[in-house]
Amino acid sequence: MSLEHLKDSSGSDLSRRGFLKSAAAVSGGLVIALYLPGCGKPENAATSGPAKMVEANAWLRIGTDSSVTVLCDRSEMGQGVYTALPTLIAEELGVAPDTIKVEFAPAGAAYVNALLGSQVTGGSTSVRDAWEKLRMAGAEARERLIAVAAKEWSAPPASCTVADGYVTFTTRRKSFGELVEAAAALPKPENIQLISKDKYRFIGKPQKRLDTGSKVDGSAQYGIDVRLPGMLYAALAQSPELGATLESFDGEKVKTMPGVKQVIQTSSGVAVIADSWWQARQARDALEIKWKSGPNAKLNNAAIYAGLKTAAAGKGKMVRSEGDADAGLKAAAKRVEAVYELPMLAHATLEPQNCTAEFKDGACHIYVPTQAQLMAQAAAAQAAGLPAEKVFVHTTFLGGGFGRRLDVDFVPAAVECAKAAGVPVKLLWTREDDTTHDKYRPPARNVCSAGLDDQGKLTSFKLHLVAPSITSRWAPDAVKDTVDPFAIEAAQNYPYDAANVYIDYLQHEIGIDVGYWRSVSHALNCFTVESFMDEVAVAAGKDPYQFRHDLLAKQPRWQAVLDAAAQKAQWGRAAEGRYQGIALMSGYDSYLAQVVEISVQEQQLKIHKIVCVIDCGQMVNPDIVRQQAEGGIIFGLTAALYDDVNIVGGKVQERNFDSYRLLRINETPEIQVYLLEGEDKPGGMGEPAVALVAPALCNAIYAATKKRLYKLPVAKQGFTV
Amino acid sequence: MIKLTINGKAQEVEAADDTPLLWVLRDTLGLTGTKYGCGMALCGACTVHVDGAPTRSCITPVSAVAGKSVTTIEGLSPDRSHPVQRAWIEIDVPQCGYCQSGQIMSAAALLAKNLSPTDSDIDTAMAGNICRCGTYPRIRKAIRRAAELAGKEG
Repeated sequence: MSLEHLKDSSGSDLSRRGFLKSAAAVSGGLVIALYLPGCGKPENAATSGPAKMVEANAWLRIGTDSSVTVLCDRSEMGQGVYTALPTLIAEELGVAPDTIKVEFAPAGAAYVNALLGSQVTGGSTSVRDAWEKLRMAGAEARERLIAVAAKEWSAPPASCTVADGYVTFTTRRKSFGELVEAAAALPKPENIQLISKDKYRFIGKPQKRLDTGSKVDGSAQYGIDVRLPGMLYAALAQSPELGATLESFDGEKVKTMPGVKQVIQTSSGVAVIADSWWQARQARDALEIKWKSGPNAKLNNAAIYAGLKTAAAGKGKMVRSEGDADAGLKAAAKRVEAVYELPMLAHATLEPQNCTAEFKDGACHIYVPTQAQLMAQAAAAQAAGLPAEKVFVHTTFLGGGFGRRLDVDFVPAAVECAKAAGVPVKLLWTREDDTTHDKYRPPARNVCSAGLDDQGKLTSFKLHLVAPSITSRWAPDAVKDTVDPFAIEAAQNYPYDAANVYIDYLQHEIGIDVGYWRSVSHALNCFTVESFMDEVAVAAGKDPYQFRHDLLAKQPRWQAVLDAAAQKAQWGRAAEGRYQGIALMSGYDSYLAQVVEISVQEQQLKIHKIVCVIDCGQMVNPDIVRQQAEGGIIFGLTAALYDDVNIVGGKVQERNFDSYRLLRINETPEIQVYLLEGEDKPGGMGEPAVALVAPALCNAIYAATKKRLYKLPVAKQGFTV
Repeated sequence: MIKLTINGKAQEVEAADDTPLLWVLRDTLGLTGTKYGCGMALCGACTVHVDGAPTRSCITPVSAVAGKSVTTIEGLSPDRSHPVQRAWIEIDVPQCGYCQSGQIMSAAALLAKNLSPTDSDIDTAMAGNICRCGTYPRIRKAIRRAAELAGKEG
């Protein structure tokens, strides 16, 4: 594996192209295959008999009935790929997105995300990876359909057009269904032209989500909803102490409990298999299990943060260096120093982790809400004792992902249960299992210094990031010779003009697994950098917005969103008793600024309004961008206000939504989202809005109280929220 | 055997008295639209109507609804035509969608009693339903829209 990144140190986004380049390259070319649709549901069949589905390429099937099916190769977890990706094909193929049938793609090399090197939904990459690829897939099919029709009509192909399932030339038209078989037999067309931006019918315009209907009547199928003939249900007992191992268990007593079929040892604990999940869970709770304490027996939060503090004395790997930051700090008229500390967090997807497994005809099928199909396949294959090609991954809708489902730790036990039971088994974690066995957001301790000259101008900036590395666990080969790119986001692209900049990252492991949590290190580092810049502005005696603005003269896209946010939020003109805080970030090729407006009465915090301005380049669906901004802000606000994960004796103390709070509707402030017209390429929007909330909020708290928050959550820093 | 009416249909189910209604709906009857989120009535994903009242099915023993009428998301309308569902579609409320059955059932129960809810009425009625994706701004908007739609139908 190789990681081509960090190729510049100028502060632009690092390239993740080639990241985790492990599987086969994205396959090009056309696969011609005719087959009958599995369940035979041709709608509006134009011909007698069942329609044939012609596979135009890995993502697109066109039926002889003119139906269009798109295989969505990214997982739908709320972020809208089920709508956005088909829209890219629809644009080129000239069909309305809402006429397309969408299915989830299987696991396969064709579906590798070129930005991440595996079939992975994460890193806000889906649209960026698909942007050229899926438009080309649609355009290629269009050119083939046109070629067949043009030949029949002896018409110049350039004079033929497609719209709404027909190829048209003057007064003649032929349906896709009539053309598709001959089209598939043609050689690959050359010089495929993509539709130009000024001719977009669907891209960049708000389109209705294609999954809304099934999500308002209960018919959308999540992993937890899978039902197979003869299926049993499993509940799993895992060690409460993270990293402890199974010593012994007594399954006999619970075997007589109602519905219980089997009690088995799995690779991750003890599973009870029963006729219903409730029965399995009751029996699971009654199991007598002895766990053998492991390396985390004495682990607690104090030890974790003390470990980070001790480690922070060391030197990390250089991420960026310009000028001489140490000399600059020494020579500065004024120095500012601060340490910011970030808590561990749980993902808390509302659908707890689950997987259903079935052995059939010498193969293993898993039905799973996953963000990582090839990894799920590999994990199931290992558990099943089968080669990967004998494992079929059926991706369901995901009841939230947020990075939790990039891990596949819930897959093997389901496969082991199905293997032991000889029938399909659905294994479902309880909420408590889920909260106490997450892959937590890494904690961090970030050390900042800045130097100002006697005019209050920033001359030097130094940032020492100290945190565990997620990628070192998740894909160790990808980062063995380099800094984990998912540890330095929103730091390595520090945008503010300073002659001397030095940023380094020190990896410090804490003994428990950490995972990718929506916006990943952006959330850690944006809180650090943007809180600190506020401090520096205060030290310089300048307005926090103006101070930032003045340092962004060479960064027009950053400056534009900052200025727009200040304008939309009426920066500096808040009503009496209200205070504002601002934050700025670029990540995932998108640029965002937020202003949070609050009031504080006797330490009681009230959030009145959050304004967010976004330039995410070319939007595919502005309404989904808006959704992601609204939802991302609420996700970020939840974390900023309420949450941390506390470990005592290696055991996570938070268990359910009483101790791990999630923001509720009555706690949700007014949110205003403004979208700027961006450049021609799309930026990612599933994650970035999350990361700005905490710094903008804490900067507002400073404005209101002159108290700077160096730790989160706010609710544990002396405020009532 | 416990007798109850589900989505207008009389049913007899075989389950221990203390089995939560949620698991009878999902595993025994295959009505998987009602979701499990917390098992402690903290998140509202399991909300159904029992004799019209919004009820957290994850902590409701099935024996407690014997002889009563239960409505789940599948029974709210046969064709997504309930004003709440129409408003949800119009505003494109759902993201991941997992909590939305519960949100919709809570909203429908609110509007059944109050066709002109204030913002505060909405917050109060919906505070028990968590949405991890953060669709709350659209839920507020969609409930106001659903009230309009329902009002027009008189």
